[in-house]
Amino acid sequence: MTTDLGLPALGGLDNVPTTDEQQKAKDYKSDQEVRWCPGCGDYVVLNTIQAFLPELGLKRENLVFVSGIGCSSRFPYYMNTYGMHSIHGRAPTIATGLATTRPDLSVWVVTGDGDALSIGGNHLIHALRRNVNLKILLFNNRIYGLTKGQYSPTSDQGMVTKSTPVGSLDTPFNPVSLALGAEASFVGRALDSDRKGLTEVLTAAAQHRGSAVVEIYQNCPIFNDGAFDVLKDSDDKQRRLIPLTHGQPITFGPDDERYGVVRDGQGQLQVAKLDEVGEDDIVVHDAEAVDTAQAFALSRLGGQDLNPTVTGIFRAAPRPTYDDQARAQTRQAAEANPPDLQGLLTGNDTWTI
Amino acid sequence: MTATNGHRPAEQAGAGTAGAAQDTRKVNRVVIRFAGDSGDGMQLTGDRFTSEAAAFGNDLATLPNYPAEIRAPAGTLPGVSSFQLHFADYDILTPGDRPDVLVAMNPAALKANIADLPRGGTLVINTDEFTKRNLKKVGYETSPLETYELEPYVVHEVAMAELTKGALAETGLSRKEAERAKNMFALGLLSWMYSRPTEGTEQFLREKFAKKPQLAEANVLAFRAGWNYGETTESFAVSYEVAPATLPQGTYRQITGNQALAYGLVAAGQRSELPVFLGSYPITPASDVLHEMAKHKNFGVTTFQAEDEIAGIGAALGASFGGSLGVTTTSGPGLALKSETIGLAVALELPLLICDIQRGGPSTGMPTKTEQADLLQALYGRNGESPVPVLAPRSPADCFEVALEAARIALTYRTPVVLLSDGATANGSEPWLIPEVDQLPDLRVSFATEPNAPDGSGEFWPYLRDPETLARDWAIPGTPGTEHRVGGLEKADGKGNISYDPDNHDTMVRLRQSKVDGVSVPDLAVDDPSGQARVLVLGWGSPYGPIGAACRRLRSNGHAIAQAHLRYLNPMPANLGEILHAYDRVVVPEMNLGQLAMLLRSRYLVDAQSYTKVAGLPFQAEELENVLTDIVQGVEA
Ligand code: SF4
Repeated sequence: MTTDLGLPALGGLDNVPTTDEQQKAKDYKSDQEVRWCPGCGDYVVLNTIQAFLPELGLKRENLVFVSGIGCSSRFPYYMNTYGMHSIHGRAPTIATGLATTRPDLSVWVVTGDGDALSIGGNHLIHALRRNVNLKILLFNNRIYGLTKGQYSPTSDQGMVTKSTPVGSLDTPFNPVSLALGAEASFVGRALDSDRKGLTEVLTAAAQHRGSAVVEIYQNCPIFNDGAFDVLKDSDDKQRRLIPLTHGQPITFGPDDERYGVVRDGQGQLQVAKLDEVGEDDIVVHDAEAVDTAQAFALSRLGGQDLNPTVTGIFRAAPRPTYDDQARAQTRQAAEANPPDLQGLLTGNDTWTI
Repeated sequence: MTATNGHRPAEQAGAGTAGAAQDTRKVNRVVIRFAGDSGDGMQLTGDRFTSEAAAFGNDLATLPNYPAEIRAPAGTLPGVSSFQLHFADYDILTPGDRPDVLVAMNPAALKANIADLPRGGTLVINTDEFTKRNLKKVGYETSPLETYELEPYVVHEVAMAELTKGALAETGLSRKEAERAKNMFALGLLSWMYSRPTEGTEQFLREKFAKKPQLAEANVLAFRAGWNYGETTESFAVSYEVAPATLPQGTYRQITGNQALAYGLVAAGQRSELPVFLGSYPITPASDVLHEMAKHKNFGVTTFQAEDEIAGIGAALGASFGGSLGVTTTSGPGLALKSETIGLAVALELPLLICDIQRGGPSTGMPTKTEQADLLQALYGRNGESPVPVLAPRSPADCFEVALEAARIALTYRTPVVLLSDGATANGSEPWLIPEVDQLPDLRVSFATEPNAPDGSGEFWPYLRDPETLARDWAIPGTPGTEHRVGGLEKADGKGNISYDPDNHDTMVRLRQSKVDGVSVPDLAVDDPSGQARVLVLGWGSPYGPIGAACRRLRSNGHAIAQAHLRYLNPMPANLGEILHAYDRVVVPEMNLGQLAMLLRSRYLVDAQSYTKVAGLPFQAEELENVLTDIVQGVEA
């Protein structure tokens, strides 16, 4: 039997103290020299995050970045907030303990494709399933950078790397599909170079109460350069990128060559030329749907080849969070039964000598 | 022949004396072992008898022993579950080596336990289970009830199942359901034999089955039927009485090791005024601590059942970073999985409690059996120089105090601390002199609340240390002005930025070691009543009971022997070296292959003599008595 915890619907940042002081991106820069390779996509993401945080208006001391191990996991050192650079794959566990005990904090996990999907895969899926109020930034560069270029769980099958001289054999993960399958209540995807799109997704993630995972396609110019170039090269990108907007029909493409997402006879999602199908046939995106079937189908619309690639917010469907409920259980227990240590130690079966 | 005058390895010589009463004889101590199939409810039966003995004011100690398989095939040797209980009119130290009374509910229980019953011991047998089929299952060709096999014992054959069914005929329960209450029949019979109070058990049964009054009534009826059977049957001409013990004055309760540990953790939270966060993954024999803690959320305790051992400790460390008292509980295999995170906690210098309830190893080993072979894992089982304080409780009730001590060290020195309990301590129980809460140590801490940089820069340096304790400043998120980043990469002394500087690494490795070496630990006390001892027996953890009992026997046999017991395995008490060198011989009994002995030899250059056993069971006082007598006589000669 479960107890009704009677929790109000909250936003992701409710309970986190705010400030009226004007903040600037530089307030979020620590004094540490940023040491990623020149041209690394991590720089762009760092700048975007430092630029977007002031808009949240939170007290800086109430932000915490927790990372695992990998290139992107150096991130907390560059943020003038609280931070922890932890161990490989385990950041979601540490963030879970922190977020559960400290509702006044905005807790962010910074991780990569190896950190989150390989060594830390178990923690990722369980954090998402539990729906702890933490935001997971998954930098996906489809390669191991820090260890100098081995294939990762998102690398193309057949990829030749130092550890796979005749090609890797593994089928890659689709991180968005994985997150949806793990019951994530918020799933987004953005490109490192798309400051506007990334900011939009990050803002929504911050405001979502519960576990949010944002996959960020991030270029590693040293070991996997150009992995996402097809999405950046302006000739082709408009034919490939499908941005999602909640409540809107899913359309994309250059002005003179519009496409839309429709359902075929079997109910499968497909891309069709807009002028060949009616406006009414276009699938409308519903990020808040409880049923994840459509979000999942959208995540499978393109494959590893990025043709096409759906970006934006796949899912933002709040449900009660683990940490809110855990705290409510503790609070209600204390209200029903005020702590009496002497009473506990004594119990009700004693004898006196 | 009675249970008191057979060969009995008494903790004190001549413990039993025949009383004057016609039907009731006074004895000083009794060891009873209830043994049956795991489905027979032996643990519950033993538990209830323990409560009766406690309520009566006896001192007591218990040793549950159950199979690892949840449902081993019924009636087989692997399915045998037993509960041994030692109660006395004086303070005792162990659950007893051998039973005076063995209750065998089926042939398997008889076969598995009979070797432990000394000649002249009392045997109470449920004959209804001695069918051809059941006998065959455990390899009895003919029933031992029909051979001379049981001749050395005082045997009581009781058709417990039939008698129980008869007593319950009117309850409307099916015969099968009725038979299930036969453990209460056995309890009733033994309660009569040892003149135990009965109200407690009847009340307990009514509460336990409050939702099924018919079952409650049936169990009470079976219990009474057992009692009456003893009273009216001629085969039980004698009953016994064990007077209340004269323990130090105060109010007592019965407590198991895991319960005492959980209470200690709750108390540590209350006394430090910090929320307690327990991150844990189910593992035998540690899960009961998680279960117990989950009942006490009203004390600001959060329990988190994680997806694995690593997540359990990770979440606890995250909670510590946020200003909670982070705790994780586990057993040996789980400690192995947690080692990387313990290393991180060493580098972060944050308080964290890791409770390892040791069990038989290596690998999965023997989950339900006891051992103390994780000492070196706790001390050294991590990469790099990764020192942590290590403490071990010596008995079930001692877990409470050790938990508070572990918390004191973790909070004062900002360090992970390992607490090494074991299966015997965890599941065993004993009377506990209930402490006064206001006498418990004050564990309050102060967080850093402002920039601390000695250069006046207005920065916060997370690795600035208290010159006395070498503890670093603990600033928690949410505090303005002390924002900082920590991590597993080497930190610059003071400032805390990442540093690969060779001299700095050398400094930091030595600082972390010095901090742990400098943890304040009370001097070790030696028990040597005669002051003449030339042999010291030094133990740690749960062998405290059998070592102490063995020493008593040696002394009552006219030998001098000194006993000391280590609660602090790291750092060790400052006077330990001096103590070790003051004796001609140092003996170290351990349930491993000599881990502490090896440490003592390397640290103190002392020729410590190891006595080891890794059978999954505690030492017996008798075996230690023999070993120590030989050594003492050798030295005396
Ligand atoms: S190796 Fe790749 S991912 Fe890592 S810092 Fe260099 S460019 Fe960035």
